[in-house]
Amino acid sequence: MRARGPAGAGFRRQVANYSFLIPWLIGFFALTVGPIATSIYLSFTDYGLMSPPQWIGMENYVRIASDDPRFWTAMNVTFTFVLLSVPLKLAFALAVAVALNKGLRGLAVFRAIFYLPSLLGGTVAIAFMWRQIFSRDGLLNRGLEYLFGYDGPGWVSSPSTALYTLVLLAIWQFGSSMIIFLAGLRQIPQDMYEAASIDGAGRARQFFKITLPLLTPVIFFNAVIQTIDAFKAFTSAFVISGGDGGPIDSTLFYTLYLFQEAFVNLHIGYASALAWVLVVIIAFFTALSFLSARYWVHYDD
Amino acid sequence: MINLALKDVVKRFGSIEVINGVNLEINKGEFVVFVGPSGCGKSTLLRMIAGLEPISGGELIIDDAVMNNVPPSERGIAMVFQSYALYPHMSVYKNMAFGLETAGLPRKDIKVRVQKAADILQISHLLDRKPKALSGGQRQRVAIGRAIVREPSIFLFDEPLSNLDAELRVQTRVEIAKLHKEIGATMIYVTHDQVEAMTLADRIVVLRSGIIEQCGRPLDLYNKPANRFIAGFIGSPKMNFLDIEFAERRVQGTVFKLAAEEIVVKTSEDMGAGTKAVLGVRPEHITTGKTAEVKLGTLTVSHVEQLGGQTLAYGRLEDGQSLTIVLEGQRAIATNDTLNVGIAHEHCHLFGQDGNRLND
Repeated sequence: MRARGPAGAGFRRQVANYSFLIPWLIGFFALTVGPIATSIYLSFTDYGLMSPPQWIGMENYVRIASDDPRFWTAMNVTFTFVLLSVPLKLAFALAVAVALNKGLRGLAVFRAIFYLPSLLGGTVAIAFMWRQIFSRDGLLNRGLEYLFGYDGPGWVSSPSTALYTLVLLAIWQFGSSMIIFLAGLRQIPQDMYEAASIDGAGRARQFFKITLPLLTPVIFFNAVIQTIDAFKAFTSAFVISGGDGGPIDSTLFYTLYLFQEAFVNLHIGYASALAWVLVVIIAFFTALSFLSARYWVHYDD
Repeated sequence: MINLALKDVVKRFGSIEVINGVNLEINKGEFVVFVGPSGCGKSTLLRMIAGLEPISGGELIIDDAVMNNVPPSERGIAMVFQSYALYPHMSVYKNMAFGLETAGLPRKDIKVRVQKAADILQISHLLDRKPKALSGGQRQRVAIGRAIVREPSIFLFDEPLSNLDAELRVQTRVEIAKLHKEIGATMIYVTHDQVEAMTLADRIVVLRSGIIEQCGRPLDLYNKPANRFIAGFIGSPKMNFLDIEFAERRVQGTVFKLAAEEIVVKTSEDMGAGTKAVLGVRPEHITTGKTAEVKLGTLTVSHVEQLGGQTLAYGRLEDGQSLTIVLEGQRAIATNDTLNVGIAHEHCHLFGQDGNRLND
């Protein structure tokens, strides 16, 4: 029995191949596919952890749409955050990238320094630091008092400003967008600018007529990634508001509301429905971006 | 009338001098070709004229005004790039109109100018297309069109044909020559291709290591190359260089020794016996048979190329020096054949050991 059939050998090889994938497959099914499928099911149930889920059909979704003022508050806060933080962050990232692209000495050092907040930004520690800076007697107010004698309010404890400190925190994490912009800027051939300068275009005209259009694929990519990220923002609001989206729900991000429903109020079924609504919202905006792309994104090939 | 003048123009990158004091005057309507091997500084010189490269020393004068620090768009020049440098996100029309729009011309005038240039170049039907939808040759035309609409006093071309295939290159070369006749503007054209230089130029400027080696009409460069470098650079196949030794002066000219032959070159040069020199003979000027004015000896053929219209033979003389000859028509020559080769007096180029031309 020296010779084995080719099918047998092939099968054995397949088994060997797939066995190497097992750690990933376990993770994929147990931690990704499983919870996703479960959450779809739970979104149609009334489930409070204490008793088994009760099938209630569309009731959770109907309540979200018709009878949940906090849902609309969360939507309002989240959309304000997305619409402010994404364009501002992208504009800031692009501005820094353009400045760095001028052939600055020590580019690598500056690039690293500017990228650092992106590495740290999502962590709880930074959010804590942010809260300290913007609190009633925080670093910002001390600075304002020292410089201008201005006695600032508690920025994070005032409903009218709390959200904007979060927007600021998001903008501060412009590093990863900047790195991508920088790579995009490097892709633009130098002779475009030479041709434009012979055509008499000054710096500003070169930027708006050459740089920006040729950068649109990168702008598009960054915009989509950052929009999705902004919709999912959680940590900063959780830490700065102390977990309740306060003051007066002014930092009640959608994900924070979802978290509260699920793990504070133990409305697991309702929270699952909220999660799926967020998925649909993000999918909608991403699809919209891709549909609009053909009108403003320039691809070379 | 002088259109452009370079006075002791120098370019330094750090401490390295790449253009070492160039002096040149270009007349209005002249077609001047900068030619030379890669790294000779020809493109750098063109870019300095365009204003894309700062001038480290000397003066650039266009129409009697010093232009050293004038921005490119105000020098009255237009440039066609090797890569074409078309704006990929703009239509052909927009590409051509961009400079005029920047200058703030009225829309109506822009349209007239673009249309006129498009007619000259026969690209009117392409005006709505994006560059990516064009062939290489069409892109080339658009790039030229973008230059034409600026109505410059000087056109600058930076190796504009090097991205085209061989057939299109010849065709475009002819069109550029026609365009020059039609527009009559001054054109400065950079190439490393000596055929382009010979066919297009009113005057060729040969550069090497940032220095003008020779400047003159194409046939003057071909007939009387100032030195061995020019002689080797202009002409294809390349000129043959034979090492010869001074023997004596006679009434008919100077006698040199080449292998077993005594050759007489008409020059008044007097040198010590045994002084080495170089005889340059173009492959196309070499004749076979025993009647030549200057006999070069016997050539043993090592390789033959039949081009149909011409026959190329490569071989060695008795003393082992290699020689290439070009004969008109289809000759029945085979490897290991021996030929008696010779040349007329007027086709002999004599160079000294320093490479400079000795005979006139």
